[in-house]
Amino acid sequence: MTSATAPIEIGRTGDSGAVSCRHCGLPVPPGETFCCTGCATAHAIVNDLGLSAYYRFSERRGEEVRASGRAFAEFDHDSFTTTYVRDREDGLSEVELYLEHVHCPSCVWLVEKVSLTIPGVTAAELDIGRARARVVWDRSRTPLSAVARTLDTLGYIAHPFRGGRAEEARRAEDRAALVGIGVSGAIAGNVMMIALAIYAGWFGGIEREFERYFRWWSFLLTTPSLLWPGRVFFRSAWGALRRRSLHMDVPIALALGAAFVHGAVNTVRDAGPVYFDGVAALVFLLLVGRYLQQRAQRAAIDSSELLHSLAPATARVIEGAATREVPAEAVLPGWLVEVRAGDTLPADGIVESGDSSIDLSLLTGESRPVSIGAGDTVFAGTTNMSSPLRVRVTRSGESSRLGALMRDVADSARRRSPIVRLADRLAGRFILAVLTLATLAFVIWVWRDPAQAFDNAIAMLVVTCPCALALATPLTVTGAMGKAARGGILIRGGDALEILAGTGTIVLDKTGTVTEGRMALVGWRGSDDALSLLAALEKHSRHPLAAAIAAAETSTTRRLVTKVAETIGGGIQGRVDGRQVVAGTAEYIRTQLGEPSLAVPCALAGHTEVIVAIDGTIAGVASIGDPVRAGAAEVIASLQRSGWRVELLSGDRPDVVTAVGQSLGLSAEDARGGATPEAKRDRVRELARVGPVVMVGDGVNDAPAMAGATASIGVHGGAEACLRTSDVFLSRPGLEALGELVRGARRTMTLVRAGFLASIAYNVAGASLVLAGLIDPLIAAILMPASSLSVIFLAWKGPTFAAGEPGP
Amino acid sequence: MSVLLVLVPVALGIVLLAVVAYVWSARSGQFDDLVTPALRPLLDERDTDVEPQRPPAE
Repeated sequence: MTSATAPIEIGRTGDSGAVSCRHCGLPVPPGETFCCTGCATAHAIVNDLGLSAYYRFSERRGEEVRASGRAFAEFDHDSFTTTYVRDREDGLSEVELYLEHVHCPSCVWLVEKVSLTIPGVTAAELDIGRARARVVWDRSRTPLSAVARTLDTLGYIAHPFRGGRAEEARRAEDRAALVGIGVSGAIAGNVMMIALAIYAGWFGGIEREFERYFRWWSFLLTTPSLLWPGRVFFRSAWGALRRRSLHMDVPIALALGAAFVHGAVNTVRDAGPVYFDGVAALVFLLLVGRYLQQRAQRAAIDSSELLHSLAPATARVIEGAATREVPAEAVLPGWLVEVRAGDTLPADGIVESGDSSIDLSLLTGESRPVSIGAGDTVFAGTTNMSSPLRVRVTRSGESSRLGALMRDVADSARRRSPIVRLADRLAGRFILAVLTLATLAFVIWVWRDPAQAFDNAIAMLVVTCPCALALATPLTVTGAMGKAARGGILIRGGDALEILAGTGTIVLDKTGTVTEGRMALVGWRGSDDALSLLAALEKHSRHPLAAAIAAAETSTTRRLVTKVAETIGGGIQGRVDGRQVVAGTAEYIRTQLGEPSLAVPCALAGHTEVIVAIDGTIAGVASIGDPVRAGAAEVIASLQRSGWRVELLSGDRPDVVTAVGQSLGLSAEDARGGATPEAKRDRVRELARVGPVVMVGDGVNDAPAMAGATASIGVHGGAEACLRTSDVFLSRPGLEALGELVRGARRTMTLVRAGFLASIAYNVAGASLVLAGLIDPLIAAILMPASSLSVIFLAWKGPTFAAGEPGP
Repeated sequence: MSVLLVLVPVALGIVLLAVVAYVWSARSGQFDDLVTPALRPLLDERDTDVEPQRPPAE
């Protein structure tokens, strides 16, 4: 930028100057149509295929297209085909692909339409919840790599979905659970209807033969409910007894079994109470609780499989002069592998020859490529960007850095939420109490009225069934997760909620988490008019600092800017509306004004100063820095009030971190700068020895620390792979969501405890009624569903998370 | 009241039909993905209102 004679318009310019990218909708510099070449390419393809209707969706990507540019040659290889591709009966092939960066309804449309325009592709279906596309195509007409390359140009990077077989098994399990819930639900509804007729008969009078008729019907209906969907309780109780352990299913199976057998006997001999309605309702409610809990645990396992899918499928092994492709899992330490540009590294190793740059974003979230050469260590899962490399493998498969990360994630998925385990621990004491009470009821009633002794002992087993207890935790936790998700907080497991409800240390990353992660004008000392003149001038520079100042100017006054001259590393000057404006470093100003001894205001820590002189006198100082997010200080204060110690941990310069810490009310030792990813991890581990540590990061360099923390929280804007493995993902920018998360976690745990107390209170009440001889099937039928329903009501309607809740 | 001897089995027969239909739909995978199918009709509508304007490229 040297000179400009035409008046410069500020803000939106003519028709070519779209302010937002035509493809992704992100803001672009005036005069540009696309934010990046990736978007321009994607736009051209979409238009060429006649799919421009895509741009009529109001909700589009909002994310720039980052194509990997890979060849996807491994997708056509035989070892890939045998592992991931299924041959269909009609001669076509089917594959399941995991697609990165799929997140909105319009993605469904684009992915499916674009795939279908490729000759040979007959079906493409995207499951947006799981980011998985099922593609059916004719292998003789089109290679799969062509499909993958097309999706790649649109920014959807394809990976073969691994664990397809486990997925098949899980899908079958899910369907079986749904069938069980449906069948038991239908039976429960009808048995309760019949029971209503019997109870109405007690009050309004019923002929003996009709009562018998209805009792037989409820017996006939309850039998399949217990034998088919309900058998899971007996199977799991039996398994626990064989292992000589106790869990919640033991008292449940005992109550269900005793009530059913007793009811069957009473139906046949046509006397005494029956509890069929209670049994049928319990089977249904318990199956629902079980299903919800299963789904919550599955979310964590899914995320580890996604990581698996991100690892490369094949490796090119060099043997003498030839290379041969082998599945990545088969690579052994000591082998020499070739990694072509655009390929993903199959194993950890040391570069033997070649100079290239490596994209580490999968491992560290660092978005800038890192240059490497012979002797450098490289890791599986990272992408070779520019030129071929020969790598001597040191660790492969499970023992590679990526493998270790995946194992960590899988381990944490297997670990059950401690509060759920608490329910199982209670089961032992519970069953003891139930059996003692039943014996007690029997003994008391043998002494008082032997005819009723057996009925009452059974009634005791039935009313003390811990179904409400078994429902309380999964329902509350699942309900809270659902509500949180609507507010943009994605929680992956119940234990994160429990940790967040306690106290400990919250470690915050600075850049991108506490701050906005971009340069902006954070302070201005001078008149508004001077700032306006400065901004008009800075619009002519491409320097990041200039862009920050230009972005701060909101007025639409048109100013005539002429005679612009810029010195790299110094500053800029020009005539704005006829006035001479000089802006830059102190040294630049002194030189330009010709006053070597001129005193200029000094800089604040952590900010870069731009000094402005207008017509030869200093008119203002602009401070430019990475601004702290609005509301961050309030959120940190509220976290501290609720008992958390907050620490800032950053790779940025220590003085900058201290300054940011001060503005947030944190002392110098709670704001640590200059920390490498390893140092962050070590610090988090050190803190974890003392108490729970929650690491909050945006994936950039925080991945090791997040893996080492008791619970990890990923914030909006980071690397997708890292965020998907964190316990909680905040999909809204800013820290408000963090405050909301901690408050919501606290309320959820209070609710879980309330549910526990409520169900125990019901059981105590039921047991007292039996001992007093006041129980009959009607009271049991009201008491049992009432306890379950009140726990369900508490779990769904109780205060946990509120969508769009205002700050503290 | 003896009509109940007929009506209860008839009602339960209808329930059985519903249960069979449900079991079939669950087993054939209609509840596997509950998000995307709901979006599809909306997306298809946009598709049909643009196709006539332009000859298909494929």
